[in-house]
Amino acid sequence: MVALPSRHRSLFLLGGVVLLQVLLLAVQIKRDSQGRLIRVWTVGAVSPFERAGAHGISHIRDTWNHYFALQNTSRENEELKRENGALKLQITQLQSKASEADRLAALLKFRQMNVDVPMVAARVIGGSADSDSQTIYLDRGERDGIRRNMGVITPDGVVGKVIESYKDTAQVLLLTDTHSGVGAMMVESRVQKPVGGTGEPLLQLKYVSNEDNSVNPGDRIVTSGTDRIFPGDLPVGTIADIKPGSTFKQIRVKPAANLERLEEVFVLLTIKHLEGKKDSADPNSAAPAAATPSAASTNPRPPEKP
Amino acid sequence: MNDTFDIRGGELHIEVHKFRAGSIILATAFALVLQAFLPIYFPKAAILDLPLLVVIYFGLSRRNPSTGLLLGMAIGVLQDSLSGPTVPLGLYGISKTIIGYLASSIGARLDTEHPAARFALTIAFFGVHQGLIALTRRLLLSQPEPWFTLHLGIAALINAFVAVFLFLLLDRLRKPS
Repeated sequence: MVALPSRHRSLFLLGGVVLLQVLLLAVQIKRDSQGRLIRVWTVGAVSPFERAGAHGISHIRDTWNHYFALQNTSRENEELKRENGALKLQITQLQSKASEADRLAALLKFRQMNVDVPMVAARVIGGSADSDSQTIYLDRGERDGIRRNMGVITPDGVVGKVIESYKDTAQVLLLTDTHSGVGAMMVESRVQKPVGGTGEPLLQLKYVSNEDNSVNPGDRIVTSGTDRIFPGDLPVGTIADIKPGSTFKQIRVKPAANLERLEEVFVLLTIKHLEGKKDSADPNSAAPAAATPSAASTNPRPPEKP
Repeated sequence: MNDTFDIRGGELHIEVHKFRAGSIILATAFALVLQAFLPIYFPKAAILDLPLLVVIYFGLSRRNPSTGLLLGMAIGVLQDSLSGPTVPLGLYGISKTIIGYLASSIGARLDTEHPAARFALTIAFFGVHQGLIALTRRLLLSQPEPWFTLHLGIAALINAFVAVFLFLLLDRLRKPS
């Protein structure tokens, strides 16, 4: 048997490996599967590091914001600061905890306002490994009752939906992703239109014809509750600008939730349509209002100590 | 320890660098975790493709097409599995497999130690990588994907700039000659 030269051997290997992956792609398309097993292993291996990194970065950033920034603004007191350095470090740590407590208090307040809605608080621990999709990972998963297609929100508004749930982690498709969408409604006119992601920081309000003059910049948009993921009247965003298109207007929407700076979120533990509250909600209010009869665990997972 | 080998009848000696035990696995894992983690806190960091830079670096340094393409495949498939629903397993895997092969093949023929060469090669590999992703999306997934955008051009430049410094850091993982 004739031995292949090393260069040809690597070419054959290249061809084989690429062909294998093309087949893998084909299998996923044919069976509409996402290679869940490999994803479960990878996410399981990576999420502990992301979890640790999230806590580390949070601590470093709080220290930076509260200590070094102050130091720059008061250089004339440098000598005094040195004397008080140890004390300031203690204050810094307290401030860090205080700002975290503020965030958690806001979450708790929101939770108490919606005490009858089953939801779970979760911390954001990671993002997508590619720039094409807008996804985040949460530190809660199947063990906390999180399932696919559950809505994810913050007190400010809609964040996205769960697209994959693992044992202790869940992957969320953000509203800004091109594959994302939410049934929405304009607060003023109550006209229902879908809002979708564009892959950019702003969203898009779809299918508003060029002749429709009822939409104006600054108009608020809330969930319509028709998508069976989110209850009605959750803030989605505000119309940022409107341009005429070929058939429909090109309407860009600024998301109500700060999707570029997410740290803690709520996962709505229901995919049922919450019709009860929609009628009683104040049409002019963009505040979240939703309810189901049963309540579930809502305590945010306590942050790890530095 | 560096091995040397002779190409073109002994005219040119190009070193094949060896790395400390586990350093390739550690660098790969670190790049993947950072890629998934950094954009949460620094959204603009999403423009970086750290796994690609790691594939290019080890391809250029190891200069063995077989290991280069296998490393590219492993990193690519892992990146796929950490990505969103728009990325099926194999999309980044295919493109990084080919980049790993090309980087190793070019590394065996050229001196790629100079920062200017690394900068230029990273831009070229980034372009080829995006081209392969666009080709795969168009041909195999029937998804519209632009061949080139201004954003991709800027991303190529930024990745090449970061690569120059990242490669200097990764050079420290080499076994001393």
